[in-house]
Amino acid sequence: MAEFAIRAEALSKQYQIGQLLRRHDTMRDQIASAARAVAHLDFERKPRETIWAIKDVSFEIDQGEIVGIIGRNGAGKTTLLRLLSRISEPTSGYADVRGRLRSLLEVGTGFHAELTGRENIYLNGAILGMRRAEVSRKFDEIVEFAGVEKFLDTPVKRYSSGMYVRLAFSVAAHLEPEILIVDEVLAVGDVEFQRKCLGKMESIGAAGRTVVFVSHSMPTILRLCERVILLDAGRKIADGSAGSVVAQYLHAQAGLSPAHREWPDPERAPGGDVARFVSVRVMDANGATAETLDVREPVGIELVFDVLRPDTPFVPWIALYNENDAHVFSAMDTDPVWHEPREPGRYTSVAWIPENLLNEGTIVVSPSLNTFASGGRAILQASANQAVSFQVFDAAEGDTARGNYPGVWSAPVRPMLRWTTSSERAEARVR
Amino acid sequence: MSTPAASRDPAQRVFRVKPSRPFFSLDVRELLQYHELLYFLVWRDVKVRYKQTALGVLWAVIQPFAAMVIFSIIFGRLANIQSPYGVPYPLFVFTGLLPWQYFSSCLTSSAQSVSGNANLVTKVYFPRLIVPLAAIVSPLIDFMFAFIVLLGLFVFYSYPPHWHAVAIPVFLGMALLTAFGAGLWLSALNVRYRDIPYVMPFIVQIWFFLTPVIYPVTLVPPRFHWIIALNPMSGVIDGFRWAVLGRGLPHYGVYALSALMGLCFTVSGLWYFKRVERTFADVI
Repeated sequence: MAEFAIRAEALSKQYQIGQLLRRHDTMRDQIASAARAVAHLDFERKPRETIWAIKDVSFEIDQGEIVGIIGRNGAGKTTLLRLLSRISEPTSGYADVRGRLRSLLEVGTGFHAELTGRENIYLNGAILGMRRAEVSRKFDEIVEFAGVEKFLDTPVKRYSSGMYVRLAFSVAAHLEPEILIVDEVLAVGDVEFQRKCLGKMESIGAAGRTVVFVSHSMPTILRLCERVILLDAGRKIADGSAGSVVAQYLHAQAGLSPAHREWPDPERAPGGDVARFVSVRVMDANGATAETLDVREPVGIELVFDVLRPDTPFVPWIALYNENDAHVFSAMDTDPVWHEPREPGRYTSVAWIPENLLNEGTIVVSPSLNTFASGGRAILQASANQAVSFQVFDAAEGDTARGNYPGVWSAPVRPMLRWTTSSERAEARVR
Repeated sequence: MSTPAASRDPAQRVFRVKPSRPFFSLDVRELLQYHELLYFLVWRDVKVRYKQTALGVLWAVIQPFAAMVIFSIIFGRLANIQSPYGVPYPLFVFTGLLPWQYFSSCLTSSAQSVSGNANLVTKVYFPRLIVPLAAIVSPLIDFMFAFIVLLGLFVFYSYPPHWHAVAIPVFLGMALLTAFGAGLWLSALNVRYRDIPYVMPFIVQIWFFLTPVIYPVTLVPPRFHWIIALNPMSGVIDGFRWAVLGRGLPHYGVYALSALMGLCFTVSGLWYFKRVERTFADVI
């Protein structure tokens, strides 16, 4: 039975607004207000405005879990990490932490520009809580991971920003605490290095250590975490499987469309006098509505619509866009049956997007019903712009188009192609 | 649930993050666990201080030496302050300057210590006391170098050392205690009130003249010695001088009262520092 690694009970942190805006009072202010108070000019103390950065947050994280924390800017994610790391104190509530906890809220905390790479490794190690002997033991590994062998005795102020970040992360990555807390540090560094970092984080999780991880990158969260906690305005509003919480966040917080949309009132449903939508949904291979889908699964887009007039032919059509508004592709039903008008009634069409075609991220679907007129014109009979959306994620198990590469993969699609390679043996090769 | 046996294993020990009690709490064991961080912070300060300076550590020697020359000319010659017991004035003033300069650089570096390490305080947990502690340890390195100059002066004036010198560590300890106490107050106050750096030059200068550095304690009538001794640095400097030069009578009363005052500084400093340290990361 796994024991808890972190157990938070009604954890809360209150800030005075003045503390956030104007970081430090001067003595003059204090003396002046004291003087006013004495002179009875300012007898009543004005209550300062306060804000709860974190309010009544409770959760329990078991040993060995990798938990993601998501939420909008200002939702309290960083405050929560700071409380767990003992950097600031909660105003009320408590959290029990089992074992050594190390936090990585910033890459390169305490690096000194004037010191050399070698000196900074030791300094940073000590700051992060490593013993000197431990740093010495892992020194070669740290240097190799960062790839800065040649510049070890150069002051880090002469490093490129990439080298600096690599070295800093490398020291931190070789910590071996029971609990590691990471705040969006992977957003820095080049693609190649991000890949290494992600791999390192995964191996930390695989080694049975607990990782709490804040990120704005939903594909990264989906890849690394099984469980996600969603914060909003300082409160925990969801805690559950990564797929469902990420979907809830994207739909509710970021204003994205749901995976299932219905128009119960025909008057308000998209369409005209030829045809009208009833509902649209995203489903998995078993026909269940799905908000997040593994890239290895086919995706079904189900369009339910009413045909109102028996005299106009039209074709069901879908257009897919990704989170960057790039047009991924459009597709229509090419069955010749659509060349002729259909009988009035309720129809259900499902478009199956094959597995291993879409890239990771958000896909927004805009379905429509189109009549093709002469001269290449299309007449929109019904159009439900951005009706539904879903998330595609890659579990990074090595059997997708990614192979074993966990880094950034751009472009709207990521098809798995059939590759063939032939070779000719070099005759002159001396063995 | 954790058993007593499991709690001894650091991997299983449960720590509770909660609002701390306002009363005084000092976790010495934890402080000891972080001794390597103290070492590295001191090492960083010393290393960085002299990087890119042409003369490097020589500055640790030049500064007190130059001050000694200036004071010897102004006070020894022009103002004609007599050093007691026929000690050459330069030697007399240098034995005062040595602990004083240690103390004044402690004050300056302590005051900036916590706010200067804001990037650490807001990003990593460690016992905050390590920071002002490091600020009083690193000036010790300069003190060592300046001490070599003192030995040189002994040779130059063919002045024989005295067995009183065994008491040097006692007075050095008093200097550390006083510097730590004052540093705790200044470093914690400076997190909230950034006026401290502007006030520091005045504090250091006034304190300097209130302390018998350039004049002997014997200049003050003995019935006022207790007032002098309320300044813990008086006892430190007079005692250090007595130990190093080996002349004159020890002012035990002054030393005792000064030591007590130094202890008061540290205890009250610890109390204030521990009281406000939990808000450092929020206020800094």
